[in-house]
Parts: sequence; structure tokens; C-alpha cells
Amino acid sequence: MTKRLLLFLLIAAMYVAHQDSWDRLRAEPMIFGFLPAGLAYHAAYSIAAAAMMAILVATAWPKHLEEQQK
Amino acid sequence: MIPIIVILVYLVMIAVIGSVALKKSKENTEDFFLASRSIGPLVFFLSIFATNMTAFAILGSSGQAYRQGIGIYGLMASSSCFVIPLTIFFIGTRLWALGKKFGHQTQVAFFRDRWECNHIGTAIFALSAAMLVPYMIISIMGGGTVLADISTAPETHQPLIPYAWGCGIVAVVVTLNVFLGGMRGTVWVNIVQTVLFLCFGAVAVAVISHGLPLSLSEYMHKLAADPKTRYLVTREKIPPQVFWSYTLIPLSSIMFPHMAIMCFSARRVTAFKQTVVAYPLAIMAIWLPCVFLGVLGFAALGKVGDPDGVLLHMLGAYAPAWLAGILGAGIISAVMGSDTHQVLALSTMFTRDIFAHYGGRERFGESRSVHFARGFIVVVTVIAYSVALALKEKQGIFEIAVRYAFSGFAAMSPVMVAALFWKRSTKWGALAATVFVAGFLVWIALMQTGHKPGDVLWQAGDVKVFFLNPRGDVAFWNGFMTVLPMVVGSAVCVLLFSLITPPPSQATIARYFSTTSPYVPH
Repeated sequence: MTKRLLLFLLIAAMYVAHQDSWDRLRAEPMIFGFLPAGLAYHAAYSIAAAAMMAILVATAWPKHLEEQQK
Repeated sequence: MIPIIVILVYLVMIAVIGSVALKKSKENTEDFFLASRSIGPLVFFLSIFATNMTAFAILGSSGQAYRQGIGIYGLMASSSCFVIPLTIFFIGTRLWALGKKFGHQTQVAFFRDRWECNHIGTAIFALSAAMLVPYMIISIMGGGTVLADISTAPETHQPLIPYAWGCGIVAVVVTLNVFLGGMRGTVWVNIVQTVLFLCFGAVAVAVISHGLPLSLSEYMHKLAADPKTRYLVTREKIPPQVFWSYTLIPLSSIMFPHMAIMCFSARRVTAFKQTVVAYPLAIMAIWLPCVFLGVLGFAALGKVGDPDGVLLHMLGAYAPAWLAGILGAGIISAVMGSDTHQVLALSTMFTRDIFAHYGGRERFGESRSVHFARGFIVVVTVIAYSVALALKEKQGIFEIAVRYAFSGFAAMSPVMVAALFWKRSTKWGALAATVFVAGFLVWIALMQTGHKPGDVLWQAGDVKVFFLNPRGDVAFWNGFMTVLPMVVGSAVCVLLFSLITPPPSQATIARYFSTTSPYVPH
């Protein structure tokens, strides 16, 4: 149950993190000198989304479906 | 000329792969439509990604970034990075299991069996096909436009490959590929296509930045320092309401018939593991450079006549011809990768959900069903090609149709969630949601053609519930996108009509939800 709740919170947190209203009018700092802050944030967000999926695969994979293929 | 040669070599290669796939094929529908459910993990990832990425991911993204700035990435790409892998994880894996166990090859076959319905499945089929056809037509239009743009000589401004020829080349290659190879040919081609356009962005940024007179940093700081262009490096032009409601649009992905059919084709469910993790990174690999180049294009080129062609202008100006050819092939890959899956999906749906379902298979046999599918592929591509030529000037209408089709498919996602996870859901709930979505789309089409930007369509007291925004699109209260009321309305329809109608038989519920069932949601 705790695991489920934590995973739910992780997904909810990722959803909320997508709405970066604080970045809306912000261009600086330019990350690596050329990436506007908002673009760099969402690039990092994409990597975080991949990490979230890796966590889901590792901890919440529907193993019963694997049973079927056997 | 060099870009044209590179692209033509690529197109010939695609057709050859289709013919090699033909030699491997067996004369049954499961092999033709799903490659006998034998797709391995790497090919599955490359293919499902190609299925979902159109030319818009390269040309449209840079064009939109040129118009509206870097916010396009957060609006369209990073929201997809979050939502699409989640839907593949929760819905795609279950669809795979159901297909494996009951032999379903399409979503409609699943809905018919799950809800013990016949004509309601046909209604869902009709709506899905109606929303998919404009998408397919615009893919061919996009192919024709891209080939014409890439082959336009700067001296004469005349394309070496005119629009009609470009559409024809794309249609013929796609038809050959799907006609000969079915799903197997399509996914083999996807390997080449996805690798090509995954590399496209990074190579394009590296080459173009090398050829520019100023550094990337100087261009970006210049844009940020000028109040007139600062919007390009912020999200100023995208209202928060639009930014939020757009996160519902990627729900459409898993509801696209070609995406769902791909989910049925995996050999093992473990193929989904790598796919869902790699998917966001692959989206980033394409969208980030393209959005960046779109903004950079404004800084480097200033005003261009056709913003969607800004990337091609950049390539023409700052990349060597041979490389521009390879990158052009990358763009064509994106066009055809999704187009082949759309054609195959339509053929699968017509053959399985209509022809076979209404007795064609019993009457004509399995082998003839494949012939029917092949015949259908030719007919549908010829029709799409004819429409692409006849209505070239009306391309905007198809673009609008596709935009709303995304909302329509997103609004059908509650139907899929109910079918998979809610025992009590009924066929009447599914029908109510389908009728609601279809009715809403028709209403939008009528409103959009009969009114001008700023018109209020429905007002309750002082509240403008629906109105046309400055772009001329129907918008919801306070500027939210119409996808919001569509998804909510569809979910309410499924819920209400399921609760007031009798549930499916216990036998069916037991088949799908018994504790021994391998795909019972945990």
C-alpha cells in the first residue's frame, strides 16, 4: 500500500512539475550559455520522465502479464 | 540535385525492404497485420516511436517555435514525455495481453468482445476511421510539400519534384511497403527511419551552428535582450490555460488505431519495458534540437515566408548539400514512418472489424482476407492521393481536422480505461461517449466554419462557455482548450450510462476480470 501511495505521489509530483509557471517569463540564466531557462527545464523534465518510467518498471511492473506469455 | 538523389536512394531502399519482407510473409491476417506477434524489444521501440512521430515533430515543431518560441517544447514535447509512456505502461501492456489471449488484432475487436456488442463496436470503428483518414491525407500532403521544398532550386525557385509528384512518390512507396510487407515490412523500414530521424536533430544543430556567423550563445542573448523578440526565449505567447489543457492531448496517442495495433504486435510484454523508459529520451532527441533551431532560425534568418519551412531554409543556408539530402531523408522518414502505420491500421480495421466481422472471412477464407487487405491498401492510398491533389489549397482544413482528431482520440481514452479497469462499464456507456465525442466534433466543425474569431458560441450569464479564439479555433471557458470538456464529458458519459444500464454477463466479466485472469489490474 505504501509503495502504491509513493508511486502515485511520484506521478502526481511529475504532473505538477510540468506546470512550471515560474519559468513562463524567464529566459535567464541561459544554461550552457545558450539554452533558455524554460527550455533547459523541460529538457531536464524529459529526462526525469524517463527516470520515473524506469522506477515504475522496476517497482510496479505488471508481472502477471509476464506469466501469461509463459 | 544531391539532396534529391539521396532521398530517392532512400525511397528505393524502403521499397526494397518491403519486397524482402514479402518473402518472409505467410498468407494469414495475423502475420500480415501483426507480423505474427513476433516483434522483439528493440524493433518494437523503434517502430512504436516511428508510428507516433510525424513530419510535424521536425518541421511543425521548428515552425511553431519560430512563431511562438521555446514554450512549444514544454507544450507538446515534454507533456508527451510524461503522458505517452504512462499510457503505454498502463494500457498498452494490457492490450498486448488481451490480444495474446483472445486473438484481438484491433481495439474494436476488444471492445466488441469485452462489452458483448456488435454495432456499437462498428460505431467506434466509424469514429476512429473518420478521425484517422484526414491524418493520413495530410501525411501525403506533407510528403509532397517536403519533397517540393527540399528540391526547390534557390536560383529558379522552382521545385525539381513538384508537389503532385512528391505526393505520388510518397504514396507509391508507402503502398509498396505496406502492400508487400504488411506489418513486417513496415517495422523493418521503421528501424531505418527512426534511426535516421533520431540522429537528425543533433546532426542538424551541430552542422548549422558550425556554419553560423555568430555563436549560439550570442544569438540567444540577442533574442533575450530585445523586448520585441524576447517572447521567443520565454513562454510568453502560450497562455497557462492552453499549457495546462494541452497535457490532455497526448492521451490520444494510445487511442490512435495504429498505436494500439502496434501494442498487439510485440512478441513479449517485456518489450514494453525498454520502450517506456526510452520513449521520453527519444522525444527529447528529436524535439529539443528542432525547437531550438526554430528559434535560432528567427535570430539567424529573420522573417521567412513559410515558418514551417524554417528548418529547410536553415539547412539550405548552413549545411552542405549532401548532408542536407541526408537530413531531408530524415524528414521524409518521419512523414512515411507514421503514414505507413496509418495505412496499415486502416487496412487492418476494415479487414478485421468490417470484412471479417460481417462474414467475409468465413465466406472467402483467411488467404482471401489478406488479398482484401492488400486491395484495400491500394484503394485507400489512391483515394488519399487524389484528395491530396484535388484539395491542395484546402490543406488548412485537413490541418484543423487533424488538430481536432487529436482531441477526439484523447476524449475516447476514458472508453479504453473503462474497458480495461472497470468491471461495471457497459456498451451503452461506450456508445454514449462515442456519440458525445462524434457530436462534439461535428459541432466544432460547424461552429468553426460559420463564425469568425472572437465570436461567442455559448454564453451562460456573463460566462463565455465556448467562443472562437483569435486564431479562429473553438475555445472553452477562460481560454482552456476544447479537449478539456471533451475528455471530461466523455468520462461522464461512460460513467453515467454504465451505471444506469445492465452490466455485461458474469461470464464475460469473469473472462476479463477473474482473479485467475493474467491481466487483472492490480
